[in-house]
Amino acid sequence: MTQAEALKEYLLRLADSDMILGQRLCELCGKAPALEEEMALMNVALDLVGQARNWYEYAAELIDDGRDADKLCFRRDAHDYRNLLLTEQPNEDYAVTMGRQFFFDVYHYFTLKSLTESSDERIAGIAAKSLKEVTYHLRRSSEWVKRLGDGTEESHRRMQDAVDILWRFTGELITPDDTDRVMAEAGIGPDPDQLAKDWRGMVNEVLTQATLTPGAEDAWMYMGGKHGEHTEHLGFILAEMQFLQRAYPDATTW
Amino acid sequence: MYAQLVETGAKRLKTKEEMSPEEREFQEKVDAETKIEPKNWMPEGYRKTLIRQISQHAHSEVVGMLPEGNWVTRAPTLKRKLQLMAKIQDEAGHGLYLYSAMETLGADRDEEIEKLHQGKAKYSSIFNYPTLNWADMGAVGWLVDGAAIVNQVVLQRTSYGPYSRAMIRICKEESFHQRQGYQILLDMMREGTEEQKAMVQDAINRLWWPALMMFGPHDDESPNSQQSMAWKIKRKSNDELRQMFIDQTVPQLEFLGCTAPDPDLKWNEETGHYDFGEINWQEFYDVLKGNGPCNRERIKTRKNAIDEGAWVREAAVAYAEKQKQRAQAA
Repeated sequence: MTQAEALKEYLLRLADSDMILGQRLCELCGKAPALEEEMALMNVALDLVGQARNWYEYAAELIDDGRDADKLCFRRDAHDYRNLLLTEQPNEDYAVTMGRQFFFDVYHYFTLKSLTESSDERIAGIAAKSLKEVTYHLRRSSEWVKRLGDGTEESHRRMQDAVDILWRFTGELITPDDTDRVMAEAGIGPDPDQLAKDWRGMVNEVLTQATLTPGAEDAWMYMGGKHGEHTEHLGFILAEMQFLQRAYPDATTW
Repeated sequence: MYAQLVETGAKRLKTKEEMSPEEREFQEKVDAETKIEPKNWMPEGYRKTLIRQISQHAHSEVVGMLPEGNWVTRAPTLKRKLQLMAKIQDEAGHGLYLYSAMETLGADRDEEIEKLHQGKAKYSSIFNYPTLNWADMGAVGWLVDGAAIVNQVVLQRTSYGPYSRAMIRICKEESFHQRQGYQILLDMMREGTEEQKAMVQDAINRLWWPALMMFGPHDDESPNSQQSMAWKIKRKSNDELRQMFIDQTVPQLEFLGCTAPDPDLKWNEETGHYDFGEINWQEFYDVLKGNGPCNRERIKTRKNAIDEGAWVREAAVAYAEKQKQRAQAA
């Protein structure tokens, strides 16, 4: 794999994970447990979709085959999507929603933090802007994991269940493949070992404070999202998200 | 605008002679355009009317997120998706802001929301209509936010200070939503395919009359208006506001190259206003009574969100309590 190929692949991963998690949060519109949460969820979703747009735009320039950011987002099928499996998991209850958000935010935060020092200036710029937003996302989701973990008996049970359900998707966040390694070696992407160490450190710290038990480090992990092998959920997410672009392929403006 | 048929509890206006000294002083303040603030004395009817109106308005902001939530997962481009998400977020913010204004009157947000879920409190009838195609997101912004603005611009001068200030802030954001909504329609009419143009006309056909109903019944059918006007909670009559809306909207409709589903709509040289056909009032009252296309779904969705979120809110309270105890023990 050349560095140029790896870069395009890497940008699509960043974009797709933001986009799919943003889409999942959009599904919660009008269904949050409190009006303040309604605002916060939409705010986080807005940040994620905005970041996705920035990554897609850069990816589209490099791919340079006539597709723009919208085409990359709304016209690729599931096997071309490169998002982390974690981000496509269903909302379920609020413990799963916040657990998913927390695991992703920790990964997202340390990834972006490293990307602010990327040798690719465009990436460093987008990362710096995104990091401000994601710092808030992480603070918020950490707080919720603690509230739910150390709240009532019911919330503790639900939050622990959420950790157990989602744990098998977390390995993918911190297990590097060739693309990740090429990016790290080029000084573009984060050092995979450092990322894994940071992720584990913060996750353990917050879960401990939340009186929750993390999964085993050597637990079996479900991976494949980064290569386009997804769970059954993604097809339905895209069917909904891409409906108009697919149903009206001749439309050039919306 | 989002408040229709707000009860005042008054059958007729009291004369100055019938008023108590406090009532008279209050009315003189209102007449002199001095804002009433939370700590000022106010008639019980004034307080209750405002609680009803502001809570209806807040409920409308929150329920109004649902027809948009119906399309936010299917928005056609990143730009449109981001715009719609920002609009929905603004609406949640307006809801919070309005509930806070309402609480300055001694009302409780949770209690008022409970009334909504029990079907005892109203919200704008418009949100009981379904959003059936993407152009509805444009038409809702243009017509529904447009109608809301006509009402709310006037409410910036309403007599109760916190409500007036909420309106000033909300109006700014809603004018933005209205322009964005219109732009969605304009882009589709100018550069869209025949199918997209048909979507736009279809959205207008369905939402035109419900938007006009947002202003409430005719003045002579609006028994509570007189008292609300005397208290300057309301500043212009339903029919006046509806006419203002029609007059500003029809030229925009023509500019789009679309038509309204009203054969009687035409410019009247003599009055300097547009004439328009009679609203189907039976439909209006049916929807208010709960028999609109989506009344049941809207309330069910809101009620489920709050009911199913109870354990989350309880956990937050329990955690905060534990943290407080830990801080004290430390």
